[in-house]
Amino acid sequence: MTSQLETAQHPERLRRVAIDPVSRVEGHGKVTILLDEQNKVHQVRLHIVEFRGFEKFIQGRPYWEVPVMVQRLCGICPVSHHLAASKAMDIIVGVKKLTPTAEKLRRLMHYGQMLQSHALHFFHLSSPDLLFGFDSDVTRRNIVGVAMAHPEIAKQGVLLRKFGQEVIRITSGKRIHGTSAVPGGMNKSLTIAERDELLKNIYQIVAWSRDAVHLIKKVHIQDPGLYNSFGTFRSNYMSIVGHNGDLDFYHGKLRARDDNGKIIFDNVDYQHYDRYLEEEVKSWTYMKFPFITSLGKDKGWYKVGPLARVQNCNQISTPFAEHERKEFVDYAGGAPMHAPLAYHWTRMIEMLHAAEEIKNLLHDDDLLGNNLMAVPGERQREGVGVIEAPRGTLFHHYRVDENDMVTMANLIVSTTNNNQAMNEAVRNVAQRYLHGREVTEGLLNHVEVAIRAFDPCLSCATHALGKMPLEVELVDVEGQQVHALSRS
Amino acid sequence: MSQKFSLDGQVIPFEDGETIMQAATKAGVFIPHLCYHPEFKPHGSCKLCTVKVNGRQTASCTMRASTGMVVENNTEELNGERRALTQMLFVEGNHFCPSCEKSGNCQLQATAYHLGMMSPHYDHFFPNRPVDATHPDFFIDFNRCILCSLCVRASRDVDKKNVFALSGRGIKTHLIVNAASGNLADTDFSLADKAAQVCPVGVILQKRQGFAVPIGERTYDKAPIAAQREPEMEGAPK
Repeated sequence: MTSQLETAQHPERLRRVAIDPVSRVEGHGKVTILLDEQNKVHQVRLHIVEFRGFEKFIQGRPYWEVPVMVQRLCGICPVSHHLAASKAMDIIVGVKKLTPTAEKLRRLMHYGQMLQSHALHFFHLSSPDLLFGFDSDVTRRNIVGVAMAHPEIAKQGVLLRKFGQEVIRITSGKRIHGTSAVPGGMNKSLTIAERDELLKNIYQIVAWSRDAVHLIKKVHIQDPGLYNSFGTFRSNYMSIVGHNGDLDFYHGKLRARDDNGKIIFDNVDYQHYDRYLEEEVKSWTYMKFPFITSLGKDKGWYKVGPLARVQNCNQISTPFAEHERKEFVDYAGGAPMHAPLAYHWTRMIEMLHAAEEIKNLLHDDDLLGNNLMAVPGERQREGVGVIEAPRGTLFHHYRVDENDMVTMANLIVSTTNNNQAMNEAVRNVAQRYLHGREVTEGLLNHVEVAIRAFDPCLSCATHALGKMPLEVELVDVEGQQVHALSRS
Repeated sequence: MSQKFSLDGQVIPFEDGETIMQAATKAGVFIPHLCYHPEFKPHGSCKLCTVKVNGRQTASCTMRASTGMVVENNTEELNGERRALTQMLFVEGNHFCPSCEKSGNCQLQATAYHLGMMSPHYDHFFPNRPVDATHPDFFIDFNRCILCSLCVRASRDVDKKNVFALSGRGIKTHLIVNAASGNLADTDFSLADKAAQVCPVGVILQKRQGFAVPIGERTYDKAPIAAQREPEMEGAPK
């Protein structure tokens, strides 16, 4: 454990190095490192410096507006927020089961998003580190450098993402911020022409997704000394798990395991997530720190996302992805793999699964059906929607009054779930690579590589409005405190 | 029909008593407007339909056509002024198109597109206007009101209910509901009312209907406002 690096005992005597902004991640964050005269590391923090406030300004708005409004949290995976909010509002309108056409359309949209987001992260954001090295020439360490050195890989990355975006456009009405999921169902199905347009390319997409898994597997296996240990820390992990323990991005029950893979809780209906999870707020970041209640805040933090999901499920329902999952589990040697860089490998397994699921759905005639809306049931005052977003488990929790207006919203965003885990990885890397050395750009990029492995979306993850412990001090020119205010 | 006037060089026939707006619309020429509706007496308040008649500015929805008039409509100068008026409407209220259920069916949004409005330009007022969600079937989002008074006219002249009125003066003008509580639930407003159908923006909305129409099938997805035959009717809630 490296948690003692969260707060230095005497920060005033230390030198501060900041990585601001952290690059090639979604949103805006910074890392601060406090070093002494011998360059020994005393404090490392990943700060989220954006302020959003969606949980507040959704209050007083009609519930049917929420799935369209909250997706504006993000331009990368808005579909996750759109669907998580829609699932919560399904509960509000008393719909427990969607029509088969509506559920399959939502799933298709979600798999399209998983494909595009994972492709974007792997090819555009992370492949420069993985293909050229963490401290390679900074002018080449970007997607343009990849396109020049490995044009075929770059092309596949761009076209994989494009295909995912087309799936989203066709199912939701727009590539970004569509409006098709509504409380109780969907507002459009697929035409035959739209389905056929996607069918034209899907086999190539599956093939390229397999190539991507093979590429990262090769990179990982070639250098186990680096890939298995870089930023590695042990932790609990959590995700939703589908029917029969299948990997399922759209729906399932909550399952959490400890660092040895032992079940902490399983088969938990996410409507009751707040009996199992709590959130802590710290003064130095806008991002909250969730933890498993039964284990407490010191031991209850966990990781989510591809590495958690692929190891949390019993199996994957599509053959190519299942084959790759087994290879990954075999490589890990029967114990949970905790290496942050293994996120990349599992992320590509998930991208392959998404591509295979899209292929299966495109052969399902239910997609062309017109029965899009379930019959509303008894109106509810509270609903929780949970989905596995590209970056991990995403919780949307709302209360709605008798006039249909939202009175409470709580979002636990995927990246928020990974907050402590990312901080641990960053501290681990800082201690191993920076401790006692002269700080260089290449060494600082090691810190960013650790953050990037989690594919954080920092703009989605900042929701501590009104809950931040704040301290304000007024000091005179001599540095004497004149007045102080604090809110805990 | 022998009476004619010139509109941007085009000969427009008209009948006695017709306004420039009525004659132009009949001839298929679009003049931007927000408070005008063919079924109601003109109000002349939004000023978007301002044209130049023989060199002088006037509201085309209230000005009667007369033979020999030379009217300018689609000019850079007039459209620039219309754009500024539209920008002022956007900053005066809280118009968040990305999450508004009227998006794609909204006359204000369609007009802004028509006029090539690329930004609000002016500083936002960000007024604090709570919604009225007390009615079981409708809610009123005052944030988006442009004071066109169409609901006032519809409720007074067609429904004979006087549910709505504009209150206050100048910049403090605002829409009110005719009930001691100020709440829509305490009026006899109903789904069958004409006033429930005429709002050109997203103020008077039927509950639980938002986003039922997919992108691509909304009124102004199909054709821009200038190409709609009767935009007021097309844009109204169904």
